[in-house]
Amino acid sequence: MATFKEVSPNAPAGTKLLNWIDNRFPLTPIWEGAWGKYYAPKNFNFWYIFGILATVVLVIQIVTGIFLTMHYKPDAASAFASVEYIMRDVPWGSIIRYMHSTGASMFFVVVYLHMYRGLIYGSYRKPRELTWMFGCAIFLALMAEAFMGYLLPWGQMSYWGAQVIVNLFSAIPVIGPDLSLLIRGDYVVGDATLNRFFAFHVIAVPLVLLGLIAAHLIALHETGSNNPDGIEVKKNLGPDGHPVDSIPSHPYYTVHDIFGVSLFLIVFAAIVFFAPEMGGYFLEYNNFIPADPLKTPLHISPAWYFAPTYSMLRSVTSEMMYVLIACVLAAGAFAGFKSKLPKPFKLAAMGVALAVAAAMMAIDAKFWGVVVMGGAIVILFFLPWLDNCEVKSIRYRPDWHKYMYAIFVLVFIMLGYLGMQAPSPLFERLSQFGTLFYFGFFLLMPWWSTIGKCKPVPDRVTFKAH
Amino acid sequence: MKKTLLNLFVSSCVALGLSSGALAASVGIAWDKAPINLSDNASLQNGAKLFVNYCLNCHSAAYMRYNRMTDIGLTPTQIKENLLFAADKVGDTMQASINPKQAKDLFGAAPPDLSVIARSRAGAGGSGADYLYTYLRSYYRDDTTTTGWNNLAFPSVAMPHVLWELQGERKPVFEEKQDHGHAVKTFTGKWEQVTKGSMTPAAFDQSVGDLVNFLQWMGEPGQAKRTSLGWYVLAFLAMLSFFTWRLSKAYWKDVK
Repeated sequence: MATFKEVSPNAPAGTKLLNWIDNRFPLTPIWEGAWGKYYAPKNFNFWYIFGILATVVLVIQIVTGIFLTMHYKPDAASAFASVEYIMRDVPWGSIIRYMHSTGASMFFVVVYLHMYRGLIYGSYRKPRELTWMFGCAIFLALMAEAFMGYLLPWGQMSYWGAQVIVNLFSAIPVIGPDLSLLIRGDYVVGDATLNRFFAFHVIAVPLVLLGLIAAHLIALHETGSNNPDGIEVKKNLGPDGHPVDSIPSHPYYTVHDIFGVSLFLIVFAAIVFFAPEMGGYFLEYNNFIPADPLKTPLHISPAWYFAPTYSMLRSVTSEMMYVLIACVLAAGAFAGFKSKLPKPFKLAAMGVALAVAAAMMAIDAKFWGVVVMGGAIVILFFLPWLDNCEVKSIRYRPDWHKYMYAIFVLVFIMLGYLGMQAPSPLFERLSQFGTLFYFGFFLLMPWWSTIGKCKPVPDRVTFKAH
Repeated sequence: MKKTLLNLFVSSCVALGLSSGALAASVGIAWDKAPINLSDNASLQNGAKLFVNYCLNCHSAAYMRYNRMTDIGLTPTQIKENLLFAADKVGDTMQASINPKQAKDLFGAAPPDLSVIARSRAGAGGSGADYLYTYLRSYYRDDTTTTGWNNLAFPSVAMPHVLWELQGERKPVFEEKQDHGHAVKTFTGKWEQVTKGSMTPAAFDQSVGDLVNFLQWMGEPGQAKRTSLGWYVLAFLAMLSFFTWRLSKAYWKDVK
């Protein structure tokens, strides 16, 4: 414990109170460590607002969620009616509900942009691998949270979306059917499913999320933030022991972020008050029809934020399996004949490739679709070790990398669009091309990220005084 | 390589645009634009009258309370005296008098609740109101169905033409077209009046427009209040942003 501090009896009451607390609880050190004297690079740009915005949306979701829970009934017979009750009879109910539904989509908007920022500025690279991986885990937990929350309004799209996704688990060999039964708690999605999804949505997953967010921030504060130049500011310390290119978060990023949050709230409020359905993307039209287990909708589409991964799942047809098997065998052959691995590793790699190819022929394509969908998220965890470029930031990477990232974004958006459309032969081909590009982008990154000439990285960050 | 990838992308975009257009065209008949005006209380009140008289016998609006219609300019007494046939209290929800089981035996399907029907029917062809406006005006005589009615916007629909006395009987006009060597009947968009209704076609369209306007309003009675509040919220946030922008600028002057 630090020594007991005394302040002058003439000091202001606030100072006295703070001193009283600090002698019993490390309030000032916690504040200074977390924000007050937390030094961050001074050259943050537009892309660095999305972490704070994600926090703001998290708070909106928790607060509106608490109020929704006061009136919502997790019961298959009354769930749909209780949502309409909130919309019509609960004072401010419709605004609170729209804030929550808009918040769900906006959470994904800001998290996708936050992740994209990490991607282009190399924020996932050494020494921030764990920050990135905790972030990927947050993304996974967020998907679980959104998926289970989507069932609660108990509309047709809620119901059949859950039915389709839970059924996917039954494609897993041996344990699949029992696993999907365990998740549903019934042979079809029903009251038991609604109740457990409610429990997960309102308490289990949020607790995991909060824990992961804490870990994400602790890891970030250990290494300090990256910046648009991808330069380690800690390599250049000033006489005060702080990096010369850094500034304390308070007051500089406090005022900066308050401004960013106000702008974000304008967008958020515009959606909540004027377009809460967002043309059927934030609230799907079909979801205004109560869930009917006997009536399958003609076209079941996932929420927009799941559409890219759903599209990859759907792209794995038995035809696509031949392409994937060929890819696995080619990777095995490359490891065996062309790579510089030691001999035992070469043999092992070839053996694994053959075994995987055999499994791919033996097990139904539906299962491999699930593997591809899961793989699309899991692969993100490995990103820190896939990127071999000598510089971090896109600013100093070879020009052609910029096109590569641009195409990646366009392919991702295309996959999202395709995931929401009814299947057709052309769309199937496009989603297969998109899936191969998505995985190629990551799996071939160790190779392509080294190609081209990087630009010289400056010693100090680029910053223009305001 | 760059060029080929870009070409691929451009061609895929073009292909996407083409095929989504084709998809939209294949869905039923084109929807007419519904004359929606949520601030027109006279229209909403006429719609409420039609709704209570023609729809509420079989369809409920179970999330909607009668006294919510005070929002469209009616007094509780007016509601009680003119619109409250199927309930006792003005604070009750709009329940249908028909027994759902009986309805299912009669029509083959239980009549759906109409509280949020306008919100649920939107799609590629337009808004939910557009669909309802088209659907309610697309009935024609068909002796092959159990009710004797059929509908162009909703083929083999279970509901008969409830408003037929107002509209009279009509026949859709088809034309024969040759398509890949087959004769295909396509709807011309024109109708032929077979028997007269109690309303002129224009007055009927107007009435259905009012009814659909009411259905749209009923989907979210708080909508008008929400949007008017929205302007105040946006004005406040715009002001807040201005001050936080100046505040941020003032502090960042120090950062060199």
